[in-house]
Amino acid sequence: MAKEQSKLKKKSPVPKIVWSILLILFALLMITPFLWMLSSSFKLERDVMKFPIEWIPSNPVLNNYKTVLHIGVKSKNYHFLLAYANSIKVSILATLTSVLSAMLAGYAFAKLKFKGSNVLFIIYLMQMMVPSQLTLIPRFVAFSELGLVNTHFSIIAPKIISVSATFMMRQAFMAVPEELRESAKMDGAGEWKTCWRIMVPQIRPTIGAMTTVAFLDNWNSYLDPLVFLSDWRLMTLPIALNQFVSEEGSKYGLISAACCLTVIPVFIVFLVGQKFFIKGLTVGAVKG
Amino acid sequence: MSGKKKKAVREQLTATVFLLPSLIGLVLFSLIPLVFSLFISLTDWNFLNGMGSWNFIGLENFLDMWTDEWFLASLKNTFIYTIVVVPIGLFLALIIAALIDSFISDRLANVLRVTMYMPKICNIVASAAIWIMLYSTYGPFTQLMRLLGWENPPHFLASYTWALPAIMLMSIWSGLGYHVFIYSAGMAGISRDLYEAAELDGAGAIQKFWYVTIPQLRPTTFFLMITGIIGSFKVFGSVNVMTQGGPGHSTYTLVYYIYKSAFSYYNMGYASAVAVILFLILLVVTLVQWKHNNGSSD
Repeated sequence: MAKEQSKLKKKSPVPKIVWSILLILFALLMITPFLWMLSSSFKLERDVMKFPIEWIPSNPVLNNYKTVLHIGVKSKNYHFLLAYANSIKVSILATLTSVLSAMLAGYAFAKLKFKGSNVLFIIYLMQMMVPSQLTLIPRFVAFSELGLVNTHFSIIAPKIISVSATFMMRQAFMAVPEELRESAKMDGAGEWKTCWRIMVPQIRPTIGAMTTVAFLDNWNSYLDPLVFLSDWRLMTLPIALNQFVSEEGSKYGLISAACCLTVIPVFIVFLVGQKFFIKGLTVGAVKG
Repeated sequence: MSGKKKKAVREQLTATVFLLPSLIGLVLFSLIPLVFSLFISLTDWNFLNGMGSWNFIGLENFLDMWTDEWFLASLKNTFIYTIVVVPIGLFLALIIAALIDSFISDRLANVLRVTMYMPKICNIVASAAIWIMLYSTYGPFTQLMRLLGWENPPHFLASYTWALPAIMLMSIWSGLGYHVFIYSAGMAGISRDLYEAAELDGAGAIQKFWYVTIPQLRPTTFFLMITGIIGSFKVFGSVNVMTQGGPGHSTYTLVYYIYKSAFSYYNMGYASAVAVILFLILLVVTLVQWKHNNGSSD
């Protein structure tokens, strides 16, 4: 104990440097799989499994990417550019649906007085406990009966109810001073206008954070699209990649290229917008 | 008086309009499916027989599953997975977050956390595909094991013993960055006075960690534990891509079994019954969380 204390008092820079180096190495180790994947994606098949690893390919090739993107190769039953378009479409629509619906409901719970508000709130709370894996089968049955399997609608529509998003919106709206709303209404603004023009701008950071997190969730969503989308023309990226991996099996260079295509743009978006992500992640997680 | 009443009615109407989209969703995609699931779980329904062609068999599904070795294996694997992945993930994250908090400058700390977070934003199929390659017979991970003196490392994902641990390792890797983030945020909220007081009492770094940091982070740990358990019980993607439950049923998990029963064999009745079991387990976990939260806020 005495020894540690004296170390602290001296504030020797040594532990700081040592731990910095160790943690940097650890962080690098964490992303090594991605670095390896990136390097493999430019390698010939026979070079991928060489050991020790050639981090910079000795015979760099673009063939893997050409094959994956169908440049000069006949189309098989996957198409990554199409999957990109699908993923973008589905993620944007699903995110808008969930955020808007949660925003409206959150506003009602936070600011409007209505009969049954408490009971409804408890029902919402209880819904949180129902895992989407349990409702998946009925949703599948219903959508197949309606002929809606193999539509993007089947993935987007259920996002209209997001209880956790509703709660976060409610929390955020509750933190906005009631006077703002009152004075807007004094000026003759209706509820709708008050909500949209006065209240929503006040919680912009929360909305931004939630939107980024919801978007990422939708972008990476796996189980639902796997069940609902079997037509390759409709597949989102994870599902297209899934299909690709199960078809191309042991062609590791190809698979690496396909993985890079699905992952690297997300990394770039993440690195650029990290502030939002980080806020979104910690919202609700840490209670004061 | 009547003006007030009118206003109340109007507010009621407005609230209804605001709540409508969310309510429709709640009823259509959550409440009705829940009731339907519970009902179907009491039948022998196979989807291929068409709507309505089900026989009510009471609790038979729920009794049969306890002699179904695939279900039992799924349940066991899911428990093992959770019991290993959640504590190890939290422990590692706590140590790393503490080290970052006490030794690293803010700028570097942010870079480190963002770097460690990257596996989490990678979609599960890509992560799984990368790890399939790392784990393959001549893959870097296997080679590394050879280098470390493991003479005949198995083909990890094809081994009864090693397939589940291999998936667990990937899951810990994937979730670590998130846990570090949340712990760091928690640590930032600990008052510096507490540390100074501890220092005055002669506490060293280890004592401060043990007597100040860990107790102060209890709510954070609890939150991460609960969400971690819930997430672990729903593990599916990694299994479906990496092993498809195999070899044998050594990596079957509850959600994978539900998925298999429902969408490969179309045994909707039985699959729903297993899903109800999952629901009940998660219900218990959530109730524990609520009880705890209400207890601590009083």
